[in-house]
Amino acid sequence: MHIPDGYLGPATCGFFYLVMLPIWSVASGIVKKTLKAKQVPILAIGAAFSFVMMMFNLPIPGGTTGHAVGGALLAILLGPAAACIALTVALVIQALLFGDGGISALGANCFNMAFLLPFAGYYIYRLISFNAKPGSNRRVIAAGAAGYLSINLAAFLAGVEFGIQPLLHHTSSGQALYCPYGLNLSVPVMVFEHLFIFGWVEAVITALVIKYLLKHSPELLIDGERS
Amino acid sequence: MKIISKLWIFIVLLIVLSPLGLLLPDHFKAGSAWGEWGPDEIKNLVGFMPQGLEKLSHLWSAPFPDYAFKGWEDKPLLNLSFAYLVSAVIGIVLVVFVTLILGKALSVKDKKQESL
Repeated sequence: MHIPDGYLGPATCGFFYLVMLPIWSVASGIVKKTLKAKQVPILAIGAAFSFVMMMFNLPIPGGTTGHAVGGALLAILLGPAAACIALTVALVIQALLFGDGGISALGANCFNMAFLLPFAGYYIYRLISFNAKPGSNRRVIAAGAAGYLSINLAAFLAGVEFGIQPLLHHTSSGQALYCPYGLNLSVPVMVFEHLFIFGWVEAVITALVIKYLLKHSPELLIDGERS
Repeated sequence: MKIISKLWIFIVLLIVLSPLGLLLPDHFKAGSAWGEWGPDEIKNLVGFMPQGLEKLSHLWSAPFPDYAFKGWEDKPLLNLSFAYLVSAVIGIVLVVFVTLILGKALSVKDKKQESL
């Protein structure tokens, strides 16, 4: 889901940078008001977890690869704004140091994986776990569903971003200038590989970690819910 | 043991296992992630080189491209696994460093707060 340089035209790249600027600013403002000093190590562990998760490329035999992100997990632990900051740090370092995701596409990649993913994941978790008791299994299920749905939403959006490029930018003879694949291919590929494979990986990881923390250190989660 | 220490150990364990993210796709003959092909790959796939893509794809030259060392593209898998592991260590150290600084700068200041 890390869109490289060259796949998105200047219009899309510029648009997502412009959209991300106020999001980063508002997220920092929320973190300033809500993140407690004792949560800072969790923020660092969360960012590190996400970074290394994205290195675990899982193969579709003979096809492509994909990976989990852990965005919903971070959002459930720290709140979506803090998760947005942590994921942005991971994505920036991946792009700058390792060429994983483009510099021009960083705004779009951050919108997909550092904004949409944790915010959608957080509110899906809150919705499904509404009024659930602290030790309730519904929280674990809510976490899994949040992981599954949020990564699929992000994948769908990445598919749309890829797919609109041939419509936006082409030569007079109709040859694509950037991503050559249209919506009819990019959206189904991105969505199906996450619906059937990588979404489940994200769901299981999110649910297992939340289950473990609920059992051993529930105070970590409650902090994520504006205690 | 405190939960924070356990979580750090979990991260170290994941770093040690990270070369699996290189070895598994290789074993199952899976290529790049969809939409993350290099310019040469895309030329093979669609039969032409999108002109804007060719230009923009050279925008940035990362110091550790694809979690490997520069010029190591054709090295054996064992060397690449080592580079992958080193990349995970470098990446995590930087990510942790930056988030700790950002977190400290942003977090709610509490006069009675205990040290980390």
